[in-house]
Amino acid sequence: MAIVEVEDLRKTFSVTRPRTGARGPLALLLRERREVRAVDGVSFRIEPGEMVGYIGPNGAGKSTTIKMLTGILVPSGGLVRVAGLEPSRRRVELARRIGIVFGQRTQLWWDLPLCDSFDLLRYIYKVPAERFRANLAAYVELLELGPLLDTPVRQLSLGQRMRGDLTAALLHDPEVLYLDEPTIGLDVVVKERIRSFLAQLNRERGVTVLLTTHDMDDIERLCSRMIVIDHGRLIYDGSLEAMKDRFGGERVLVIDLEEAAPPVEVPGTRVVKVDGPRQWLRFRRADTTAAEVVAAVAARARLRDLTIEEPEIEDIVRRIYSGAAAPIDTH
Amino acid sequence: MRAESYGARLLTAADRLLYSAVRHGEAQLSRPPSRGVRGFGVPCERARKAIGSEMALYWQVALRGFRRYATYRAATFAGVFTNTIFGFLRAYVMIALYAGRGSIGGFDLRDTLTYTFVTQGMLMVVYIWNWWEIALTIRSGDIVTDFARPLNYQLYWLAQDVGRATYHAIFRGIPPFVIGAVVFSLRLPAHPWTWLFFLLSMYLAVAVSFAFRFMLNLSAFWLFDYRGIGSIAAAVWTFLSGFAVPIALFPGTLQTVARALPFAAFVNTPVEIFLEKQQGWALLGALAYQLGWALALLAAGRLALSAAERKVVVQGG
Ligand SMILES: Nc1ncnc2c1ncn2[C@@H]1O[C@H](COP(=O)(O)OP(=O)(O)OP(=O)(O)O)[C@@H](O)[C@H]1O
Ligand SMILES: [Mg+2]
Repeated sequence: MAIVEVEDLRKTFSVTRPRTGARGPLALLLRERREVRAVDGVSFRIEPGEMVGYIGPNGAGKSTTIKMLTGILVPSGGLVRVAGLEPSRRRVELARRIGIVFGQRTQLWWDLPLCDSFDLLRYIYKVPAERFRANLAAYVELLELGPLLDTPVRQLSLGQRMRGDLTAALLHDPEVLYLDEPTIGLDVVVKERIRSFLAQLNRERGVTVLLTTHDMDDIERLCSRMIVIDHGRLIYDGSLEAMKDRFGGERVLVIDLEEAAPPVEVPGTRVVKVDGPRQWLRFRRADTTAAEVVAAVAARARLRDLTIEEPEIEDIVRRIYSGAAAPIDTH
Repeated sequence: MRAESYGARLLTAADRLLYSAVRHGEAQLSRPPSRGVRGFGVPCERARKAIGSEMALYWQVALRGFRRYATYRAATFAGVFTNTIFGFLRAYVMIALYAGRGSIGGFDLRDTLTYTFVTQGMLMVVYIWNWWEIALTIRSGDIVTDFARPLNYQLYWLAQDVGRATYHAIFRGIPPFVIGAVVFSLRLPAHPWTWLFFLLSMYLAVAVSFAFRFMLNLSAFWLFDYRGIGSIAAAVWTFLSGFAVPIALFPGTLQTVARALPFAAFVNTPVEIFLEKQQGWALLGALAYQLGWALALLAAGRLALSAAERKVVVQGG
């Protein structure tokens, strides 16, 4: 049974702002109400143990979705169920079973040493002492927090604090972990440490993870499945491979010939660039395979070297985002 | 004391062992025990344990509330300095006012000077002005991290505030009073029990003022300019709590009204208890008046909180 179920989920914010054109003191009086559909009919299901990337451009509605999944925000419409509970009605009960990291915020006590925040969580979540000890030992080791336990949180660097927040979110053995941009602003080394930690957590503990990020490496490294939303609507839900096929099927074969030649003609491909003996042939996965193209080229010209360029996932995502532009504001 | 040692101070010996084990631990992610196992047993024993663990939680929160403020020593020192200076200013104004007069509203000069320094000491304990910790987290959206935890949000902050008030009572309250007592020979309670009642009354004052501050802070959910009503509230409190002038010196009707309103519970009640103006039943009545308002206002705050939770629009991404 799915551990996270979302059906036709909606959240509308109503915002007021000065009526267009109104200035000065008038702007205070002439305000117009406007509806922003932050999440506009999203449905998906996540099975226990899955690790899902939840992506979309800025303002797509990712954080809003996560807030509804935790029960902090009450949906304007649709259904949410996490671990069998309706989050906004059973927020406190659900809170014991989920973990959350908001990358831009911290749940740690700013003025107190890191271990103080951890220790309090033992009381908040009523974690049995041995379990707490085992968890803390494991996380501290894996995230290399040992030397930082006595440091006040305000003195931690962003990457150190993020590792602390991850630990804090996990000490009570949550079944589901929501991560809203857990790698934002981190250097490559820390990012990598966090990724391998999350992979291990998912593999060994079977924790279900829903991860929001703008770093496609996080997704490639961690998530077998991704859900893409834009303007509050779902535009893709499936594996990374399938997404490449569907949206980013174009690959490029770069060939180096023995000598400069006119563009080679191979069915299913098109030469997009010629530079002396080097030519770029673009083709779609759906139309032909790399092997066929190489064989056809070799039959027509003398090949010296070749490389195949896969589409960058960043590119694919950029194309999805820009292609799916639909206005969301209703007046 | 250096920052590093704070962690060590809170921990019991067992905890310290735990942490030292942690630093040399082996990294394994064992599976959690299945959830069904936890919490069986006789219902009443379970209830007792649950209450015990809730109390342990809020005690821990209060400890941290105390220690959070303990990290800012320079601010504490500067605050004591300012409070003392203003205590002196207020004292000299009172001395000038009393010139030639024996007693006003049952307060002689010595009572009034004592009143002045006790209120200077209580200023931060009940945090009359500008406490916006919750409003700031509402404004920034950081409140999501508190809302995402299995806690009674109001109790959580009340516990923190009790810890904070204890810190302020010791480090911001006692020093100005002691200095004032030395310079102006203030009146100390004649009955040893008075100290106990004063302490009780002071914590009730903290509860009442917290209940108000909590609601004022929650207004940030609805109001963009919550500080506006904050400054109105501060003006009302300064006057009606008896901070500026003892309520005993208010003219007739105003005094009756002020004694019925909850604001006098912030400052006036504990100070009158300190001065032993209330005895016997009147003393119990004064404590009951504080307790009643504390409960009523905390209940109102609870309603405000659930209204906020229902309509909550947590800011920021
Ligand atoms: N409290 C709020 N009041 C009004 N509008 C809001 C509020 N919170 C979010 N929105 C709007 O809802 C939309 C979705 O916001 P959300 O924070 O969910 O985006 P996001 O996908 O997390 O973006 P990002 O990648 O930038 O974090 C945005 O248009 C935003 O302006
Ligand atoms: Mg966001």
